[in-house]
Amino acid sequence: MFILLGMPVVQIIIFGFALTNEVKNSKIAILDPSNDAASTSLIAQIEASRYFEVDQVIHSADEIEPIFKKGRIKLAVIFPASFNEDLQHFNKAQVQLIADASDPNVANTLTNYATAVIMDYQDRITQGRKLPYTISTEMRMLYNPELKGAYNFVPGVMAMVLLLVCTMMTAITIVREKEMGTMEIMLVSPMKPFRIVIAKAVPYLLLSSVNITSILLLSVFVLDVPINGSLLLLVFESLLFTLVSLALGLLISSRAESQQTAMFISLVALFLPTVMLSGFMFPVENMPLPLRTVSNIVPAKWYYSIVKSVMIKGIGLHAVWKETLILTGMLIFFLGLAIKNFKIRLA
Amino acid sequence: MKSVVVNNISKKYGTKKAVTTALQGISFEVDKGELFGIIGPDGAGKTSLFRILTTLLLAEEGTATVDGLDVVKDYKLIRQRVGYMPGRFSLYQDLTVKENLDFFATIFNTSVEENYDLIKDIYSQIEPFKERKAGKLSGGMKQKLALSCALIHRPSVLFLDEPTTGVDAVSRKEFWEMLRKLKAQGITILVSTPYMDEASLCDRVALIQSGKILSIDTPEGVVSAFGKKIMAAKSSDMLNLLADLKKAELLEDAYPFGEYHHAVLKANNSAEELKNYLLQKGYPFEIKETKPNIEDCFMALMKN
Repeated sequence: MFILLGMPVVQIIIFGFALTNEVKNSKIAILDPSNDAASTSLIAQIEASRYFEVDQVIHSADEIEPIFKKGRIKLAVIFPASFNEDLQHFNKAQVQLIADASDPNVANTLTNYATAVIMDYQDRITQGRKLPYTISTEMRMLYNPELKGAYNFVPGVMAMVLLLVCTMMTAITIVREKEMGTMEIMLVSPMKPFRIVIAKAVPYLLLSSVNITSILLLSVFVLDVPINGSLLLLVFESLLFTLVSLALGLLISSRAESQQTAMFISLVALFLPTVMLSGFMFPVENMPLPLRTVSNIVPAKWYYSIVKSVMIKGIGLHAVWKETLILTGMLIFFLGLAIKNFKIRLA
Repeated sequence: MKSVVVNNISKKYGTKKAVTTALQGISFEVDKGELFGIIGPDGAGKTSLFRILTTLLLAEEGTATVDGLDVVKDYKLIRQRVGYMPGRFSLYQDLTVKENLDFFATIFNTSVEENYDLIKDIYSQIEPFKERKAGKLSGGMKQKLALSCALIHRPSVLFLDEPTTGVDAVSRKEFWEMLRKLKAQGITILVSTPYMDEASLCDRVALIQSGKILSIDTPEGVVSAFGKKIMAAKSSDMLNLLADLKKAELLEDAYPFGEYHHAVLKANNSAEELKNYLLQKGYPFEIKETKPNIEDCFMALMKN
């Protein structure tokens, strides 16, 4: 009953307010070697818009690549050394926009917003002058120059498939044994409960490995999504995430008494948050604080971020160790809870 | 040593609001190699009792031992040595007969060959269908397969929860013959059934109702303890006959029993008096004295 009446309310609120494709307060970096009147006022105008928030000011072009790899900023605005001079003498100047296009939608939106702000500034300073100023923007899409959607959805699909196969199927098969009564006989046998559970989980671990392989093969050879980082690391992280999903499935199975319940819990408690809160469909950065906090306990969020970093940005373990550690922690926590909750009796 | 000792076991289900008492203070003992029947209607608490003894449920009160092992503390050891056949067919329906047997042999760390002599009589009857999926077997064959699987590790105590429910009369008879043979092998067997006629096939029976044991005795003992005269009456108008019997003050109880109605006479009333009472009613009837059986005893015990 609560589900029937509460669901629409929750969904309207979540979709209406929290999950938007709109980008707000994106963190950007500024490289402004000219540091003159024109560039400063343009930066001020960029910062004044509600779309951007200057996170750091960098001083050399070498710093651009590393800060993108950290994944903190989404856009960098680069001014030439002589921005004001160019503008005054030639009536035209250039600004370079570099966007993190591992999420092509966000990158696209951000560069469009930035261009709009710059055009706005250009129009303002041109007012009442015969010769118009022209500020041209040059865009560079980092990691995904063609803005391919596949770069975004391959990591997302990987997270979803692994979660679906491992969590839902593990939960359902174990609960099925309970429903069929076979669990009853199995418990009255020398088989250790732990062995029963592991035996149930192993086939899905193997199935998931096949899934990981086929998704990666398809994305590399059919969708032309490169694996820029280490394949070994990617496989390792995927297995880690698979294990987390298996542990979650075991946890659900120890609680649920019927296959429907198991399926329902898997879908509502795992699938929806994965779709909505992992950053795959809607950027997490723009969500209100409560949802952002909730998104931290969604394992897929961390996995999604790892896959994007390793596969698309091509960075190594040193950059994703935090996410890896979080996933490992989740694995230990969920597995421990699942084993503790496993019923050695019927009730 | 006693094979099974149950001491003052109680079990309740549900939350504070709606408590169902499944067992209240049950105690009994089963000797080694005994075929012990637990007879009672549906909902009497038979399955709960079996689940407590097979370590699947915890009792709120009381203690129980199987083979001298405590059902709570030594549950791991008990699970290695008992055979359990739940009331519902609980094998893998999508595995074949042979695969099921092999599977259960494996989880009990044994092989089909090792204890084949024990299950030979039973398994040989379903062997022609060994490649058939267990789910596609008939009711009687399913029971035989389930029994084979429960026996595969040569258990010392066998728990059979309503093994003959939903099985045809011929298969039921065969099934009880098999139990006799297993008993001869020295296996203690606890079997529950709602069918009163099966009680006479056990060494001893416990009559159970609403979680309480009404009587524990040999089938003969239960019957001889009855000590009242039973009349069987038949008429063309069975409905009115039953109504009149129920109204009769010289009867303790009256209930339908097959094609007759059974009437239990009060100690100081005679068959002649009942005959005269019925003659006044003015319809043709037929009445004779009959021997009490377990069901009559059960009906009488239930009333008290």
